[in-house]
Amino acid sequence: MKKTLALAMMMVTILTLTACGGSSGGSKDRVVNVCSWGEYIDESLIDQFEDETGIKVNYQTAESNEALYSLLKTGAGDYDVIVPSDYMIGRLIAEDMLAELNYDNIPNYAKIDSRYKNLSYDPDNKYTVPYTWGTLGIIYNTSMVDEEITSWDAMFDEKYAGQVLMIRNSRDALAAALLDLGYDINTTDEAQIREAYELLSTAKNNGVYQAFVMDEIFQKMEGGNAAIAMYYAGDYLTMLETNEDLAYVVPDEGSNWFVDAMCVLKNAQHKDEAEAWINFIAGTDANLANMDYIWYASPNAEALEQYPAYYEETYGEPLDQETFEIMAAPADVLDRCTLYENLPAGTLTLYNDLWTELGI
Amino acid sequence: MKNKLSRLTIPYVIWMALFVVAPIIMVVIYAFSSADGGFTLSNFAKMGTYAVVFTRSFKLALIATAICLLIGYPVSYIMSKEGPRFQRIAMVLIMLPMWMNFLLRTYSWMSILENNGLLNQLFQKIGLIALYNNVFGTDLQFFRMINTQGAVVLGMVYNYLPFMILPIYSVIVKLDNSLIEAARDLGANSVNVFRRVILPLSLPGVLSGITMVFVPSVSTFAISKMLGGGTELLLGDLIEQQFLGGAYNPQLGAAISLVMMIIVVVCMWVMNRFGEGEEQAVMM
Repeated sequence: MKKTLALAMMMVTILTLTACGGSSGGSKDRVVNVCSWGEYIDESLIDQFEDETGIKVNYQTAESNEALYSLLKTGAGDYDVIVPSDYMIGRLIAEDMLAELNYDNIPNYAKIDSRYKNLSYDPDNKYTVPYTWGTLGIIYNTSMVDEEITSWDAMFDEKYAGQVLMIRNSRDALAAALLDLGYDINTTDEAQIREAYELLSTAKNNGVYQAFVMDEIFQKMEGGNAAIAMYYAGDYLTMLETNEDLAYVVPDEGSNWFVDAMCVLKNAQHKDEAEAWINFIAGTDANLANMDYIWYASPNAEALEQYPAYYEETYGEPLDQETFEIMAAPADVLDRCTLYENLPAGTLTLYNDLWTELGI
Repeated sequence: MKNKLSRLTIPYVIWMALFVVAPIIMVVIYAFSSADGGFTLSNFAKMGTYAVVFTRSFKLALIATAICLLIGYPVSYIMSKEGPRFQRIAMVLIMLPMWMNFLLRTYSWMSILENNGLLNQLFQKIGLIALYNNVFGTDLQFFRMINTQGAVVLGMVYNYLPFMILPIYSVIVKLDNSLIEAARDLGANSVNVFRRVILPLSLPGVLSGITMVFVPSVSTFAISKMLGGGTELLLGDLIEQQFLGGAYNPQLGAAISLVMMIIVVVCMWVMNRFGEGEEQAVMM
């Protein structure tokens, strides 16, 4: 019975998917299918790569790590290279969905700073080449907040009722609460997670949160519609271009820092092309162009060092040191930040249940 | 003759099979399976916890549908009574917003309704907020419009109103004028003509209008996300979370979708039965 059901499910899935027309391209042309995030690459790099190598790039985007995971699981996404974040990479490795890389084909890997190698999600660094990294922090409008914010307390403080934007992402939202309570963001202790949930839910019931947002945050913070929010450093710099009253802080209690890294899927059809792409993107020139375009820090040591000079040359004015340090957090800030780890299935379910409960 | 023509429906039958029937079968199969593919009813066991979300979604969709009907019916009626030129222009104006992308339209409402948005700035300029503060002794900086259930209903009405107007209009405009004349001949005044002739005859349009507004409203997630602030989940949000949220659980998502579909189908069936009864009564 179980088998017939599974078979029927598979048949219907295949029927629908093939109907959707998944053309994988001819065998003659060299192709690489890349899936990344929106607004996350300087697109001229794609043309440059195509000109240099003759490999055609099919560049697609997913909305979030979870959406990407869902695409991979249903088999809807036919990708070679993906760029998930740390904790999702951990999950994909645990589920045996990634291919080991041949680093001989990726000489530019040598230029990646050792700080971004052998991280918890890929301890022996067999599967990944880092793409960007950054921090999670609090963004606030200095014309609406009188004090200097240094603690996660601000995200739960009734004083700011109706002025705070909470992030619409269970992992980040609960991380803020866990940090505020002094717990580890990767805790699997149910009591601690529930305590963090209570903090979040009490604040919500007291009307602290104006809304739960993801991309809507740009419009709301840029337009002065909310005073305090939590988001990623790179996106803060984008908002700052429109509203210079905004400030960014990595709270004293510490925060999450993240790495998005390029990986190749186990069932990739174009592994050589995928490694060629990864090598190209890991190069110093590509990293400089990308950093300038998306405001996320590069893991390429050479590129990070050269960036202030590159900026000055491109724009004819020096790069503000403070801006640079928000983009690429200095060592003392990074030291109080932790990477997300892939949580066990039970904890993930608890996160999801609590998150749904919060919305009911 | 009939057989030859019926061949023309083959493309649509194939289309239906692939994109309507197959997905529904998938939803049903998923709803009754566990993560490892076995049969289970546990996905439905959780449904009680989500009762609040079901109620909230149906409530908001009902309110939006009622408002659409209240606005849409008179508009359709008045439009159908005007000359062809007016009708054409009015039709273009009603359709015009639909030429823009749905998400973009909803996103614009966000900047209009924000605390520091266009409307609040206007109210500030014309002194409406100061006046309100004086009269009610409050100390408001702005009117809170965004991130409320009202804003969600507004978004639904704005986006789906054309789907109410169009079917009603197309029914009323084709009404046989001689029926109205006959009613007048027999001594009915305008109120009675409307109540006993026009309204019952336009009922099919009203019913399809209600369906076309209610169904997308009850399952929307983009509108509630953008205008409702995401603090209170709607059914669409809940379902989306199961597929794209942290814990990937398409089985539960399918089960919620299935329950929602069944409730909607039952509502529509009851409504159509009621509609048929009305029509027959008129015929008799």
